[in-house]
Amino acid sequence: MVHPVIKLIAQRIALGLLLLWAVSVLIFVGTLILPGDVAQSILGQAATPETLANLRAELGLDEPPLTRYLSWAGGVLQGDLGTALTNGEDIASAIGKRLGNTLFLAFWAAVVSVPLAIFLGLMAVRYRDRWPDKLISGFTLATISVPEFLLGYIAVYFLAVKWRLLPSLASIYDGMTLGEQLYAISMPVLVLVLTVLGHMMRMTRAAILNVMQSAYIETAELKGLRPINIIAKHAFPNAIAPVINVVMLNMAYLVVGVVVVEVVFVYPGMGQYLVDHVSKRDVPVVQACGLVFAAIYIGLNIVADVVSILANPRLRHPK
Amino acid sequence: MKDNLDLLLDQIDQARLNRRSFLNRSAAFGLTAALGSSVLATGARAQEPKKGGVLKIGLGGGETTDALDPGLSDSPVPFAVNKQWGDTIVNTTADGGLEPRLAESFSSNPEGTVWTFAVRQGVKFHDGTDMTVDDVVATFKRHSDENSKSGAFGIMSGISDIKADGNNVVMTLSTGNADLPYLLSDYHLVVQPKGGMEDPNAAIGTGTYKLVSAEAGVRYVFEKNPADWDATRGHYDGVEILVINDATARTSALQSGQVHLINRIDPKVAKLLGKTPGIQVKNVSGRGHYVFLMHCDKAPFDNKDLRLALKYAINRQEMVDKVLDGFGGIGNDIPINAAYPLFTPQPQTEYDAAKAAEHYKASGHDGSPIVLTVADTAFPGAVDAAALFQQSAQAAGIPLELNRVPDDGYWNDVWNVNPFCASYWGGRPVQDQMWSTAYLSTADWNDTKYFNKDLDALILSARAETDTAKRTELYAQIGAIVHEEGGTICPMFNDFIDAISDTVAGYENDPNYDQMGGYASAKTWFA
Repeated sequence: MVHPVIKLIAQRIALGLLLLWAVSVLIFVGTLILPGDVAQSILGQAATPETLANLRAELGLDEPPLTRYLSWAGGVLQGDLGTALTNGEDIASAIGKRLGNTLFLAFWAAVVSVPLAIFLGLMAVRYRDRWPDKLISGFTLATISVPEFLLGYIAVYFLAVKWRLLPSLASIYDGMTLGEQLYAISMPVLVLVLTVLGHMMRMTRAAILNVMQSAYIETAELKGLRPINIIAKHAFPNAIAPVINVVMLNMAYLVVGVVVVEVVFVYPGMGQYLVDHVSKRDVPVVQACGLVFAAIYIGLNIVADVVSILANPRLRHPK
Repeated sequence: MKDNLDLLLDQIDQARLNRRSFLNRSAAFGLTAALGSSVLATGARAQEPKKGGVLKIGLGGGETTDALDPGLSDSPVPFAVNKQWGDTIVNTTADGGLEPRLAESFSSNPEGTVWTFAVRQGVKFHDGTDMTVDDVVATFKRHSDENSKSGAFGIMSGISDIKADGNNVVMTLSTGNADLPYLLSDYHLVVQPKGGMEDPNAAIGTGTYKLVSAEAGVRYVFEKNPADWDATRGHYDGVEILVINDATARTSALQSGQVHLINRIDPKVAKLLGKTPGIQVKNVSGRGHYVFLMHCDKAPFDNKDLRLALKYAINRQEMVDKVLDGFGGIGNDIPINAAYPLFTPQPQTEYDAAKAAEHYKASGHDGSPIVLTVADTAFPGAVDAAALFQQSAQAAGIPLELNRVPDDGYWNDVWNVNPFCASYWGGRPVQDQMWSTAYLSTADWNDTKYFNKDLDALILSARAETDTAKRTELYAQIGAIVHEEGGTICPMFNDFIDAISDTVAGYENDPNYDQMGGYASAKTWFA
């Protein structure tokens, strides 16, 4: 008999794939119902009935939608995302580079923010309702409440323009050393950390506080363990499932939701790439970006589910 | 002929002749324009430029979809990129004159139908090959081909034949055009090896700087071309163009010293930015203008009195002050201003509620609302400008109503369709092109639907007129007709606003485009 954990994980992954397929249909249908077709948006004012017909034939837009969907989906399964209509670039390689940049920024933001948020959450519980808790909560709630572009501009004003400590442009390119790249992205990382910190920290605090009501925590206290040990070793492992969920949500946000931060710091990531192509109605690129974003979102949620399952001892050790 | 040149030079000394008329008249004498240009160049350089350093330019108006093919260039970043690595055969100078570049000289027959351009010899492309007359011919042929999708296709379509004759390029036009050299200074028409037929995106040219790396919508890196044919330009070791579309990011990059020059400053912050120590704001009135367009063939705008009523009902000065914050010129309902050669001003129409009311009454309009359609995309501040227009018109008793629509689809569904809407024009290098594009009855973009056979005849005869004085007079007549009867309400001409760091010296205003018409990197230096 298959271990129930493996069965559960397999179920989650299958569900994820099903969801991804549904998303691909949705994206395809969505681009179909947009007013005007691709040929019209490419030709714009230069459109005449003949050039429209020629271009439609060239792009295969005269085929029925189902055929087009199948050939598109077939290409995607083989890693072929097609070519951009606007400049004829291969989408897969263009996205590859942009996605690499986005993941680079998200990775460093996560490396800083996740441990920091959990540490601050633990501290807030340790000094619950005393000044460190209030300071931590107050600060993170303030930074989460300020829109991120404003945080960005405030950071630029002080750190780049007034004091000239950090660069206001975060553009990274080939040939930079890792150190130079980290210096370049320091401000967007700072802003992203401040943006996601509050959510994760509050969730950690709440989840642990919930567990702190349990009888076994009382036992631990009666045993005379130090409060920080109780929180870190006994309460936190049992609070991990909700924490992981909110961490993954924020990671997904770091990847797919940072368009504004990319614009403020001129960072060459996926967001800017997507926005440029949306405004030019470059549908194949928009479809590809949509699919990549959906895959990341779904993937991270599967990870969150799987970790929550693994964190549950009743599922790990079935009778 | 020698005497004629001496006479002209005397007139220059006496400041009786500006550069443009000098060039025109010297060309009329059959002199090479290159000679005239070199005569003028001496003494114009008071400061001695320093060499070295890497100029960093932060530009708005670039996208990840941009190609390197100069034919496809349609926004500030590709424009600037092409100016770094490429040259055209002629340039339009800051004072509206012509400067021969890869053509050493040019001349035409008296009718302006056959033009001969002598191609400069000894110029090398960045790949080391010689630039020849065949490359120039192939370049023009490529842009003449509809399939190239070149932005200069419209310009080239008037040229019926392009051929090489020794070291000359000979162009034959279907109808005479005295402005051809101006048209060929178009930024799309960069001379490429074999015309760029093999690889239009190679970015190999004869320009000041060689392309080292390009990432569309992000960053372009150039190094000095050591074999540059023009030793007077190119003072930097290299140039870096960073694409910064966010206006605030652009200004803060300049303020924090990460770039030395930025373009497209929002008029609303230009004054504040100018007060920052170490930063200078450079604005120059260009040919771009903002307009409210009435379709002269549709009610109620088919009534001349109603059109005049609306022209008197708009407060142009207020718009320049409030919408452009003073960074612009006042419009006068024609698309031409002093930035154009051969410009004759028309009497300025002022805001006059009494006259507006008078014409409104004379039009016999039934009093139903006159609807002006507007969206933010029409021009920066369009919605505010329309609201100001509404206020001033209501003061004159004209029931102007605003219909605010979304940006999406504005250029397809509203502009050139709706009988009264807001729009903008980028301007053209010469009057003929502006009038021909938007005021000929047959023009696709006749966006005021003003059909006047007399006006058409005037535009066409001005195009072929090679006598400057007669031509100026014809353009004055055209201006007078459109000013009085046309459907364009033009409240303002917008400025190009750049900002530079104090470390950059030698910056001069150029009404052709921002960044000194694209030549900032070639002509400035680090102080």
